[in-house]
Amino acid sequence: MQSIVEFKNIFKSYPGVIANDDVSFNIKEQSIHAILGENGAGKSTLVKILYGHVKPDSGEILIDSDLAIINSPSTAKNLGINMVFQHFSLFESLTVAENLILGMNENISLTKLKDNSKTICDKYGFNLNLNSPISSLSVGQRQSVEIVRSLLNNPKILIMDEPTSVLTPDEISKLFKIIKKLVKDGLTVIFISHKLEEIINLSDYVTIMRNGKVVSTISTQNEDPETLGYKMLGYKVSKAKQISNINFSKDIFNIKNLSTQSKDPFTINLNKIDLNLKKGQIFGIAGVAGNGQKELMEILLNENDYEFSGDIIFKDLNINNLSTFQRKSLSISYVTEERLGHSAVPEMSLSENIFLSMNHKSEFKKGDFINFEKINSYASDVIKNFNVDTPSYNVKAGKLSGGNLQKFIIGREIMSNPELLILSQPTWGIDAGSEAFIKKTIVELSQKGVSIIIISHDLDELLEVCHQISVLYEGSLSNPLNVKDINISKLGKYMGGLFD
Amino acid sequence: MSIDLIIGILNIVLISTTPLVFAGIGELVTEKSGVLNLGLEGLMLVGAVTGFITLVITGNYFYSLLLSIISGVILSGIFAFLVLNLMTNQIATGLALTIFGIGLSAMLGKKFGGTPIDGLNPYYFIVISFLLVFFIAYFLSKTKTGLIVRAVGENHNSAYALGYNVIKTRYLTIIFGGVMSSLAGYYISICYAPMWQEGMTAGRGWIALALVVFATWRPWRLLVGAYIFGGVAIMQMNLQAIGVKLPGQFFNMMPYLATIIVLVFISSNKLRLKLSAPSSLNIPFEKNQ
Repeated sequence: MQSIVEFKNIFKSYPGVIANDDVSFNIKEQSIHAILGENGAGKSTLVKILYGHVKPDSGEILIDSDLAIINSPSTAKNLGINMVFQHFSLFESLTVAENLILGMNENISLTKLKDNSKTICDKYGFNLNLNSPISSLSVGQRQSVEIVRSLLNNPKILIMDEPTSVLTPDEISKLFKIIKKLVKDGLTVIFISHKLEEIINLSDYVTIMRNGKVVSTISTQNEDPETLGYKMLGYKVSKAKQISNINFSKDIFNIKNLSTQSKDPFTINLNKIDLNLKKGQIFGIAGVAGNGQKELMEILLNENDYEFSGDIIFKDLNINNLSTFQRKSLSISYVTEERLGHSAVPEMSLSENIFLSMNHKSEFKKGDFINFEKINSYASDVIKNFNVDTPSYNVKAGKLSGGNLQKFIIGREIMSNPELLILSQPTWGIDAGSEAFIKKTIVELSQKGVSIIIISHDLDELLEVCHQISVLYEGSLSNPLNVKDINISKLGKYMGGLFD
Repeated sequence: MSIDLIIGILNIVLISTTPLVFAGIGELVTEKSGVLNLGLEGLMLVGAVTGFITLVITGNYFYSLLLSIISGVILSGIFAFLVLNLMTNQIATGLALTIFGIGLSAMLGKKFGGTPIDGLNPYYFIVISFLLVFFIAYFLSKTKTGLIVRAVGENHNSAYALGYNVIKTRYLTIIFGGVMSSLAGYYISICYAPMWQEGMTAGRGWIALALVVFATWRPWRLLVGAYIFGGVAIMQMNLQAIGVKLPGQFFNMMPYLATIIVLVFISSNKLRLKLSAPSSLNIPFEKNQ
C-alpha cells in the first residue's frame, strides 16, 4: 500500500513548550492509523496541523506524494481531509440539517442534502432526524452528526480526535464497526487516543508520541496493552489497589429522592436520585458526560441556588439550604471538574488560592486581614506532601501543568481534614504519573475513614478505586453495584440506560 | 377622533419610526454574527451630518447619500479593525465610537446649524425599510450565507474549524450595520427634519439597540417593536392635542421607560434570552495559531 500522508520534520513550539519536535512518519492508504500519547504529547497539535487549524513553524506535509500547503481548514477539506473533533464543532441552536449544510464544501439544495445524508445513514447505520436542533441530541447522536457531516464531503482522509472519550461501551463498539466499514470502502482513518486496548482492537498501525517526539511507528498486530503503555510513558505505572472487603456500617451522607424540574433545555433534570454513603467508603458515579453530572455537582456544591426537591443529609443534618461555605465548615470538601477558573483562579498565586477556598476558617484571617504567614505555610505543606512540582507558593496557579495543579487542589482540600470529599473528574486530562499519585492518595484517604464520592466518565478509574459504583443516565441514578463482584457487560448496559 | 386624525397619526408614526428600523436591522445582523456595536448613535450622527453638509455644498442628493454611506463604512470599518484585529473590548470600543461620533458631527456641522434645505420624500425610505426587513429575514433564515452569519455568531470556534472566515464575516456584518446606521442618520437630517442640529438623533441609536434585544434577534419582531416604540414617542403630541395635561418631559421619557419595561420583562426569563441570543455575542475570536 502507498503512503497517503507523509509528515516530514514537523516542528511546532508554543511559548515554553515544544508541541511537535521533528515529527516524521507516514500513513498508509486505506488503513486505520492510530496516534497514541499522553495528554500533552503533541498528538492533537499534529493533526490540527494536518487539518490546517494550526500552522507549523517548519516541516512539510506530503499528500499522495505531493507537497501540500495547508493554510486553513478549507484548504484541508479541498484536499479531502476532514476532521471529527473531540469537543464537537456543532452549533447548538441550529438544526441537524443546518449543521450538515455548514460542513459542506459546495452548495447543494436541501433535497439533495437529504438524499445524500440518507444514503450515508442507511449505509453505515446512523440514525439522524434532520429537523431536530443539536441541543436536543445526546452526545452519541452529536458525534453521528459530526461523522455524517464529514462523510458528505467524500473525504479521502478522516481524522478522529479521541472519538470514544464521550461514548458508552456499546456506542464505542458500534463506532468501531462503522470505522472498519469506512476503511473497507476506501477511506483512510487517523485515530487519536490514549486508550491502549482501543488502539490494539481497532487500528492497523500506531505512532507513539511522547513529549512532542515520535517514539516509534509500528504495526499493532503483535502488541499488547502493557508493552504499548510502557512505550507511551517510558516507565511503568503501578495500579492503586482498593481493599474492598471492609464492612461499612456508619451512615455519613445520604441523598433522598432528589429531583429537579428545570425548563431549561440545556440542562438535564435529575430524577429521584437516592444515594447512601458510609464512613470510609468510596462511591463512584459513572456515566457518559451530559447525563446530569454537572447538575448533580451543582446541587452538592450549592453555588447557584439550584432549585430541587428531596433531601441531602450529612451526619443526620439536613443541609439542603446551607451555603457552600457552611457545608465546607461541616467538613465537606469539593474538587470541581474545571481546574482553572473554578477550583483555582489562574491569575492568583497558589497561596492566594488557598485562602479563597478556606475563607470560612478563622485561622487564616487576622481580623479583616489575610494571615499570609498561615496560608503560606499551609501552601508549602500542600506542595511538600502532595509532590507538587513548583518553585514556590507564589507561582500563579495558571502556570502549573494540569497534573501539578490537580495535585495541589486535591492536596489543599485533603489537608483541611474533610469527612466527606466530593470529586468531579479528578484525573481528567493529566499525566499518568500524577494520575497514579492521585488515585493512590484517594484510596489511602478512604482507609483513614474519609468518605469519598467520585463523579467520573472514566470507567477504568472508578473500577480501580471505588467500592461501589452507580451509573447516571439522563438524570436517573442506577442502583449501586459492588466493584468486588462487578459484571462489566451489566455496567455497559447501565451506561446505556438499561436499569430500573 | 376623526378618520383624518387617525390617518394623520399613522402617517407620523410611519415617518418617525423608519430610522429605528434601519439602525435596528443593521445592528441585528451585526449581533447575529456575534459582535455588539454600541456605536449606533455616533454612526447615525456622523451619517446625518455628512449627508447634510454634502447636500448643502453640492446640492446633489445622490452625492450626499453616497458620502453618508461612506462615512458609515469608514467609521464601522475602524470599529471592526479595533474589535476584530486588535481584539479590544467591544462595549468600550462601541461607547468610544458613540462619543467620537457625537463630537465629530457637532464639530463638522457647526456652520450648518440653521441652513435650510429641500428635504427628500420620506416615503421612498419607508418602502425601502420594509423591503429591507423582508430581505434580511429571508437572508438569515433561508440562504447559506445567512446561515454562515448565524453560525459565526453561535460558535465562532466551530465555524472556524469548519473552514469559515470568522473575521471576514464579521467585518461585513459590522460594515453593513454601520451603513444602515448612517442611512438612519441620513434619513433624519434629509427627510425627517430636514435640517441639521447638534445631537439631533436624540437617543434613537440607543433605542435601536434595545429594539434588537426586544425583538429577540428576529427581523419581523424588530419591525413590530420599532413601530411600538415609535408609536409611544408620537403619543406625546397627540395626547396633548386631545388635551391630556401632563408635562412634556413625561412624554419625552416614554420611549426610554418603555424600553426599560420591555427589557426587564424580557430578561426576567433567562431561558428565553439564552435560546435566542447569539452565543458568541461580545466574545472576541482568537485564532489558535
